[in-house]
Amino acid sequence: MSGFGGFVLRRGVGAVITLFAISVIIYVVFYATPGNVAQITCGPRCSPEQVHQVAQQLRLDDPLYLRYWHFLEGILVGQDYSTGTAVQHCSAPCLGLSYQSDQQVTELILAKLPVSLSLVLGAMVLWLVLGVGTGMLSAWRRGRLSERVLTGITLAGTATPVFVIGLVLMIVVCGELHLLPFPQYVAFTDDPEQWAWNLLLPWLSLALIEAATFARLTRASMLETLAEDHIRTFRAYGVGERSVIGRHALRGALAPVIALNANNFGSAVGGAVLTETLFGLPGIGQELVHAVAVVDLPVVVGMVLVIGFFVVIANAVADLMYAVADRRVVLA
Amino acid sequence: MSDSPVTAPLVQVADLTVEFGGLRAVDGLSFELAEGGALGLVGESGSGKSTVASALLGLHRDTGARVGGSVLVAGTDVGRASDEELRRLRGAKAAMVFQDPLSSLDPYYAIGDQIAEVYRVHTRASRRAARARAVEVLDRVGIPDAARRSRSRPHEFSGGMRQRALIAMALACEPDLLIADEPTTALDVTVQAQILDLLHTLRQETGMGLLLVTHDVGVAAESVDEVLVMRDGKAVEHGSVATVLGAPGEEYTRDLLSAVPRVDVSRVSPAAPSEEVVIEAVGLRREFGRGRGRFAAVDDVSLTVRRGETLGVVGESGSGKTTLGRMLVGLLEPTAGEVRYEGGVRSGVGPAVQMVFQDPVSSLNPRRSVGESIADPLRARGERDERHIRHRVGELLARVGLDAEHYDRYPHEFSGGQRQRVGIARALAADPRVIVCDEPVSALDVTTQAQVVALLGELQRELGLALVFVAHDLAVVRQVSDRVAVMRGGRIVEYGPADEVYGAPQDPYTRQLLAAVPALDPVVAARRRSARKELTSA
Amino acid sequence: MSEALVASQAPGTDTSVPGASGAHSFWRRLRAQRAALVAAVVVALLVLVALVAPLLTALEGQDPTTYHPSLIDSARGGVPVGSFGGMSAHHWLGVEPQTGRDLFARLVYGARVSLGVALAATVVQVVIGITIGVASALGSRWVDQLLSRVTDIIVAMPLMIMSLALLAIVPSSFPRPVLVTLVIGLIAWGNIAKIVRAQTLTLKGLDYVSAARLSGWGTWRIARRELLPGLAAPVITYAALLVPINISVEAALSFLGVGVKPPTPSWGQMLTAADVWYQAAPQYLLFPAGALFVTVLALTVLGDGVRTALDPRAASRLRVGAGRRRGAGSGPGKGADA
Repeated sequence: MSGFGGFVLRRGVGAVITLFAISVIIYVVFYATPGNVAQITCGPRCSPEQVHQVAQQLRLDDPLYLRYWHFLEGILVGQDYSTGTAVQHCSAPCLGLSYQSDQQVTELILAKLPVSLSLVLGAMVLWLVLGVGTGMLSAWRRGRLSERVLTGITLAGTATPVFVIGLVLMIVVCGELHLLPFPQYVAFTDDPEQWAWNLLLPWLSLALIEAATFARLTRASMLETLAEDHIRTFRAYGVGERSVIGRHALRGALAPVIALNANNFGSAVGGAVLTETLFGLPGIGQELVHAVAVVDLPVVVGMVLVIGFFVVIANAVADLMYAVADRRVVLA
Repeated sequence: MSDSPVTAPLVQVADLTVEFGGLRAVDGLSFELAEGGALGLVGESGSGKSTVASALLGLHRDTGARVGGSVLVAGTDVGRASDEELRRLRGAKAAMVFQDPLSSLDPYYAIGDQIAEVYRVHTRASRRAARARAVEVLDRVGIPDAARRSRSRPHEFSGGMRQRALIAMALACEPDLLIADEPTTALDVTVQAQILDLLHTLRQETGMGLLLVTHDVGVAAESVDEVLVMRDGKAVEHGSVATVLGAPGEEYTRDLLSAVPRVDVSRVSPAAPSEEVVIEAVGLRREFGRGRGRFAAVDDVSLTVRRGETLGVVGESGSGKTTLGRMLVGLLEPTAGEVRYEGGVRSGVGPAVQMVFQDPVSSLNPRRSVGESIADPLRARGERDERHIRHRVGELLARVGLDAEHYDRYPHEFSGGQRQRVGIARALAADPRVIVCDEPVSALDVTTQAQVVALLGELQRELGLALVFVAHDLAVVRQVSDRVAVMRGGRIVEYGPADEVYGAPQDPYTRQLLAAVPALDPVVAARRRSARKELTSA
Repeated sequence: MSEALVASQAPGTDTSVPGASGAHSFWRRLRAQRAALVAAVVVALLVLVALVAPLLTALEGQDPTTYHPSLIDSARGGVPVGSFGGMSAHHWLGVEPQTGRDLFARLVYGARVSLGVALAATVVQVVIGITIGVASALGSRWVDQLLSRVTDIIVAMPLMIMSLALLAIVPSSFPRPVLVTLVIGLIAWGNIAKIVRAQTLTLKGLDYVSAARLSGWGTWRIARRELLPGLAAPVITYAALLVPINISVEAALSFLGVGVKPPTPSWGQMLTAADVWYQAAPQYLLFPAGALFVTVLALTVLGDGVRTALDPRAASRLRVGAGRRRGAGSGPGKGADA
């Protein structure tokens, strides 16, 4: 057990280091680019005075490491900002102020987070159920017609980008068949039923391609596990096929699926950006696309950091789940 | 299931044929096994012996293999039985023990649960009762503290313990027949002896029948009453152990037996004693790992190798023998101590000390022709004349018994033994004075093994080579070595002339090793078994 | 000896060393798969279309950038004049709403951008991946630790998000397709580096590499003769999986308006406004979406085929393989390294 505790600790420290490194990379990439950083940061519509003010706020006269330290300080303990007329206190974790709205980036993100989490987590449930189910079914029905049909569908699924499937779903379901109104986000706390109905299409758009990926992986993983020696043992001892597949094969087959799920979290977040943009959901992704369009750097940097944070956490959690599922990992 | 008379044999195989694709693995095999009897299926690789074992449980069903003939096991016609009847046979009346005990158990479940699951499938016992039965059989096969250990998962067991657990699973439903497919091949020789002794005891106590599949004639001699020698899917000879192994009637059996190295026969033509030390290890130590995981694979090993002699290094897995070999050739740097070549300290690799590797598959680059591989030392030395290189490689190929024209062939076109010959040719190309052979024959069949060993002996005499022969097989080491070092846990426990080490072992571990070697003669086997009992009780 | 060992030793069978078979048997095994063969033909056609795009548009008599205000009904908000989006003998696939640019011309030039960006980005990823992976596997423990950590960080970065953000700060004067190529290439090399590192470590531990050392060859020669050829199979397999992913990512970025920008045509960018126009000009949605679907599907099937042909043993286990593809992603997942 001490070995497992050590593993958890090592993995946790690793995650923190990764997060730190990501913050450095992002800071350097965005705030140490050649050219007039203040101008880029402030955006194309800034007046010279505003640019000057930004340059002061960013402490462009300081060396880079000091500036990064200042940025980190804001995240860890908070910071005061002068917005021209008044001083605004931005408490930790402070990611700076938007140059478009003077709003605190942290608040902005917190306001948008529920939408994005609703989308991604809901879709994740959908793609895990659909993907793992389909994959198991096609491994079970190997060599029969139903397997070939499933394989064809999943192949087509992997080849359809999120925004294409989203477009088609929206046009067919909302535009032509009028089965659902065009989605509009309703908070879960306001009306859970409307929340689910409105998110149904976005969930499907985001989940289908991921489900296809998972179906392929689960099928491959199942077939590989079914070829293993210990499966032969249980068959040779008269254990029924249902138990062999449901108990012994599935457990082994799911380990790589867990690992993929974490790795896919990052890509799903990318897909979420597309889905939010397409369906007009007011989440982090849509805000990010907007911030990118108007070059609102503090918002962009803040959002990339927050998303990176979630991805790193997801990866660490998956590693731990993988280790719990298969303790041999810890010993390796 | 038909009600069979008590007198019917436990296993009745008539004209069994198994085909995979176009390949006939078993060809018209017939044999019977009486209730409580023990039969050994012995053969080299490709003889079809494991295929027969699988056929007894109907494991070829739905795999695409074509099975002909009839197989009756404990009253069940395996070929005609319904899936349900087959399921009732498997595990309950006939249980199988597989070769690799780690991969044969589910890594995700506790061993006790896996045994309980099998038990419940056949008995409808309650969960609790099944769990209790699991502990009972684990205790029976000699797992200490069985109740607690039954909650461990396979990777927490050692290799021998896992094989015991697998045997426990087989015992759970008190089958009439135990089928053991190479049950000790993956194990060290001392562990192998324990498992064979366990099988022997269980047979005596339960009266169950045993079908043992093995490539090792000695293992069969230790464990069964009758042997059936197989070759290319056919029976070569069938009879009692004493008859077949004592006075074989067929030429193939005689060849097979003469190829088996004997632990009690010393080297045929020992090297003329030479005092000139070629290579020497002085206080060699090698550590691996970091922090708390740090350990010494080789710990303070000193030995000398003289010109023209063979030094055997023998030990079980984890004894550090391979690490020692790699330090001698310079592939690994020692943590402490030094390797001296002709008196001078040696560091890194050099042409004078070469190596022959264990695995004939991975020791040759599959993407390069064997000629290119053999030519490597020549080219590395600066030889540029292509005609001369080809000529020299041809010579070397011929010298190791291969066709001199095979320069442009690729490794996959050769058999395991032939690849090992290519490996020897490559080592010779460097004009070495010392060749370290790391388990050079352990992946080969016994007849091929004898040929490769003979080749090494010839080369040694002809070229005055010093050989270091690293192996786990005590008999092979005896066969080739003038002097022997016995290793355990990174240290040398016994070191001296082969006849002394084997004839009058001083160290208790050496004695234990020697007592564990399976004997070809059933009488000797019985004597060794009682010797082992004394050693373990002492 | 066990029966299992026999298979790997019998002459004429494949050895367990990865990628042991030559180019000849690779083609034979690729040709044996009907789906992969069809996919290869489709991919070849697409590449041909991309290469001869100017010729095709000349045949039609159009170009991808000229506005045709006369073909646009500005009274109805800019929908193309005529049925089915203004399809005619002059404009084979009709024209774009609002601008009246020729759709066929934009579609075939879009193939150039899609395939060009995806292939070039793959090359960047492969080059960086091999360099980092090999250096990591052959370097000292310290170098390995550092590079592995960097690789882990790169893998943790969500590709879409990073590209989106990066593309925001680079001045628009920078040629956009090159920029998209570089951004995708520089962010998503992590998994290929991991695969190369693992494979190099495996190869390094094989006896034939030790034998080459004993022959007296130096590190560089051993890396070139013994290691690099062994990397070909996994790298080609993985690169074949990367191309369709890169196509999807480029299309997604252009769809969001940060990738390839007008007037340069790109399939993803064409879809940006398609949902507004699908009733008046359905071909404006159907053709780019269809082109994207067919291209990614063909490349995916071809990638599976290449994998099967390069590693028949793994493929017989996996058949379809554990491919990872998506509309937008941080590149393939861990499964591939396993």
